[in-house]
Amino acid sequence: MTDADNGPAVAARAVDLRKTYGSGDSEVRALDGVTLDLYAGQFTAVMGPSGSGKSTLMHCLAALDAPTSGEAVVDGVTLGALKDTQLTTLRRERIGFVFQAFNLIPTLTARENILLPLSLAGRKPDQAWFDQVIDAVGLRDRLGHRPSELSGGQQQRVACARALVSQPRIVFADEPTGNLDSTSSSEILAFLRRSVDEFGQTVVMVTHDAVAASYCDRVVFLADGRVVDELEHPDRDQMLEHMAALQSAAMNLVD
Amino acid sequence: MLRLTLRNLFARKLRLVMSALAIVLGVAFLAGVLIFSHGLSHTFDNIIKGSTPDALVRPVGTASFGQTAPSTLTIPPADVARLADLPEVARADGSVDGAGLFLLDRHGKLVGGQGAPTLAFNHSGSPNMLGENILDLRSGRWPQRPDEVLLDHRAAERGGYSVGDTVKVIAPSGDPVRTLHLVGTADFNGGGTAGAILVIFDTAGAQQMFLGGRDVFTTVNLTAADGVNQAQLVAAAKKVLPTGFTAVTGDKVVDESKDAVGQFLGVISTFLLVFAIIAVIVGGFIIVNTFSILVAQRTRELALIRALGASQRQVTGSVLLEALVTGLVATTLGVAVGWGLARALAALFRTFGLDIAGGALTLTPRTIVLSYVVGVLVTLVAAYLPARRAAKVPPVAAMRDDLVPKERSLRRRTLIGAGFLVLGAAIAVVGLFDPPGNDAAWIGVGAVLWILTVAAISAALGRPVLAFCRNVFQRLFGTPGRLAGENALRDPRRTGATASALMIGLALVSLIGVLAASLNSSLGDLVDKQFSADFVVQSAAFTPFPTEVGDQLQKVPGVAVVSRQQMANARLGGIDGDNTFIAANDEQLTRIYDLDVDAGRTSLRGDETFVTKDVADKHGWKVGSRFTLAFPGGATMRPTVVGIIEPNVVTGQINIPLDRLEAAGVQRQDSSLSIRLEPGADAATVHRALDKVVAPLPIVSVQDKQEFGDSIRGQVNQLLFMIYGLLALAIVIAVIGIVNTLGLSVLERTRELGLLRAIGLTRRQLRRMVTLESIAIAVLGAVLGLVIGVLFGVLLRQALADNLTSLGLPLGQLVAFLVVAVVVGVLAAIVPAIRAARLDVLRAIATE
Repeated sequence: MTDADNGPAVAARAVDLRKTYGSGDSEVRALDGVTLDLYAGQFTAVMGPSGSGKSTLMHCLAALDAPTSGEAVVDGVTLGALKDTQLTTLRRERIGFVFQAFNLIPTLTARENILLPLSLAGRKPDQAWFDQVIDAVGLRDRLGHRPSELSGGQQQRVACARALVSQPRIVFADEPTGNLDSTSSSEILAFLRRSVDEFGQTVVMVTHDAVAASYCDRVVFLADGRVVDELEHPDRDQMLEHMAALQSAAMNLVD
Repeated sequence: MLRLTLRNLFARKLRLVMSALAIVLGVAFLAGVLIFSHGLSHTFDNIIKGSTPDALVRPVGTASFGQTAPSTLTIPPADVARLADLPEVARADGSVDGAGLFLLDRHGKLVGGQGAPTLAFNHSGSPNMLGENILDLRSGRWPQRPDEVLLDHRAAERGGYSVGDTVKVIAPSGDPVRTLHLVGTADFNGGGTAGAILVIFDTAGAQQMFLGGRDVFTTVNLTAADGVNQAQLVAAAKKVLPTGFTAVTGDKVVDESKDAVGQFLGVISTFLLVFAIIAVIVGGFIIVNTFSILVAQRTRELALIRALGASQRQVTGSVLLEALVTGLVATTLGVAVGWGLARALAALFRTFGLDIAGGALTLTPRTIVLSYVVGVLVTLVAAYLPARRAAKVPPVAAMRDDLVPKERSLRRRTLIGAGFLVLGAAIAVVGLFDPPGNDAAWIGVGAVLWILTVAAISAALGRPVLAFCRNVFQRLFGTPGRLAGENALRDPRRTGATASALMIGLALVSLIGVLAASLNSSLGDLVDKQFSADFVVQSAAFTPFPTEVGDQLQKVPGVAVVSRQQMANARLGGIDGDNTFIAANDEQLTRIYDLDVDAGRTSLRGDETFVTKDVADKHGWKVGSRFTLAFPGGATMRPTVVGIIEPNVVTGQINIPLDRLEAAGVQRQDSSLSIRLEPGADAATVHRALDKVVAPLPIVSVQDKQEFGDSIRGQVNQLLFMIYGLLALAIVIAVIGIVNTLGLSVLERTRELGLLRAIGLTRRQLRRMVTLESIAIAVLGAVLGLVIGVLFGVLLRQALADNLTSLGLPLGQLVAFLVVAVVVGVLAAIVPAIRAARLDVLRAIATE
């Protein structure tokens, strides 16, 4: 399902996604009817306070979790109909991941970690693309090292390279800078930005860091499991304003 | 602290169960063997006591067990009457005991196979030393005519006979197959027969069967008059006994029987106990490993306790307390399982014909105490090292993120270990050069040292094997294979320790395998060299058979020579000398077999003997020496040594002419016949004709060289597979260890597995990965075990080269063991792999 006629193509789409945990009094609605298009070739941030459902949304869109109802579509494939093995293959071939922590397999070298999704699928890497990605993350001299011999920032860059190497349709990043110092953070964000600008990659990043979100083309705000707002090409001040507004709205609700 | 420990235990119920299972099985085996042994000896004690009179009159030089052929000496009724007339004697009952009688079932097959003996005697109604009947009638009536017979009820059952049927038996002399009428069943008063087959005649019937119908007796049962004790009874009886007979107290007979049975039972018990101990030791290895992993996983918690003020002692104590509770629970379960196992063992032995009264399989205090001491002690000792390590966790580890404690380098341990390996090898090699003491024991010490050292440094030794596995896996299974190999290599100590448990089992299995193969090959050489008869006729259990068999075989066309041999007991040096087996041969034997003569000659005339070199050396005999042999009943001979030969499978150590044995009052039977054919006779045709003759006599079989070799190999292999079966338990316990380690590893790597799943590892690939890791561990255990087993098997064979003249390497079996190890790996991985595949990807990768 593409929208070639009406603006940019859709890389992933949520249609009235709902996800509830528990039942009765203890029911928690993590997602309460989210409908959202994520456009190809864009760097999108999903923001929101803790418990807003942003991670759940990402998990559902990234084929890691199944929604209670609604539809998640990635690259034109409706996920609800797929079995575990098909979902796994889809993740392997069309989705890239960067997690907040524990991104790498400790027994493998940086190079092996980067190539892992390909080797799991039994595919050969595209050498030119591999070189391009490695140079972009600046890891050429560290490829033979194991994760324990790399700094936190270097480990995250390896994770980014891994997410890109299989040329996925969409990369999901879950708080990729959450555990990093500011210098390493900006390196990672700059790289993700570059991958969108230079390689035409699609990146969706879950974050609650306004600075991180300011690298993005578009920011979607979530609160209480719903999309409440969105901004195109935001600057930092706009972002902070929105976050503050959401925060106080949440506070008022509690009161 | 106590409460915290108990909480820990309950929080980890599953792990407790898994690690305890190893001890449960070990203790169960131990307790089972103890209960079973006790039941076995209890059963025999009851029978012995219940069947022995106040005093027994018997030929001098006989004992109640361990004879192959009875004396031909008899006691007439007049003498029995004289005994009965003594004022000290309440009653004297003449008994007729016979040997060489076998019961056939409805289909003409031997009842009871080659297990427990057949006891045939007359029913005289004499009471036992407790004043009870020796036999209890269960159905029918006592025999009243010579052709009537009574069986114990199990034998009747096994033979498919009921009261009123005709029963077939093989007689010790005369016409081999006889038909008798079954008139009843009876059992020993003590309960059961322990598998022995009872064939009870009336006195005339027993006299016809065993004594050619003469009205005489072989022994006399004496019952004391009121107020007369056993010693007084014996003293009184001795005054009126004919020559060649003596009287012994019932207590002495009981002691003799218990000694004889005790030796036999001791062998069974010791044999089983060895395997129980191995199982317990393997269980201990698993406890060490499980507790090590548990402590490593709890580093942070332990550090927190330390930070909150617990002393090192308290932490060690806490882990040991956990071990104590584990040990207690496991042992309790183990004893319960062991009780069931004892019943299973009893059922197994029942199929071999050794019947054990169910009521005798009881838990004695000794069994309970021993099981608890072993179970709890092994658990505590095994947990001690991990407990010490737990105490060394610094409190600061609670605050740190990098809480994996830096393992100390393996180098020091490996170097020390290498030293021990050299030491072990040196000790074993010393064993090859006739050191003081037992050669095999030296090698055994070396082997134990190697097993322990290899287990301790398996982390370093295992690396090449695991790296090899990784490369093979990668080639065969791609990245999941590679990851599995890396995982096995990740914590070499843990992998090594887990593999070590399996190593012990496989080291023993392959060691035994090498020895058995060498034994088979040595026996094969021996048979090739020494089997120069065309056929040999023997009974499978080496029980003697009637001489009429030989008479009939002699008549078969094509048979040129039938040479006879009878094995018998004699006492060396006089009637009170050591009991020994001698062979009595006819003059044909030395014509059929080509014996290696060191000195003198082997053709005997009159009181002459030839002996093997080993006994000659032992007693200092040379050609021309003389020594005394005493036979049951008191007859003696003083043969002159005329030849010394090399030890062989054909003759006995001491050989006398067959007619001299008969002259010494030993009932003539044959133990083995050697047949040589006429020139030009067709072996296959004659073989068929011979088979036809022995067909009604299932106790004997006619074998040519090939069959003879096969039957010996069959016996070796039977024993071998029994040992393999018993060692299988050690391997089962090792499998539990692998399951445990894998399970804990999967738990530890939850996040990593989640990540792999997220980026594209399918469930199938994940399961394969866990399975391959398991296989790597199992293969490591197998390789270490096989190397040690083969190495020490070869050394041991060298040390025993006198008997194991040629080395056999069971290559097929060794490969099979490796395959078994792979299968073991696959089986051990089933549950952990399923658990890993079921991991919730989200939970695994969720950032807290």
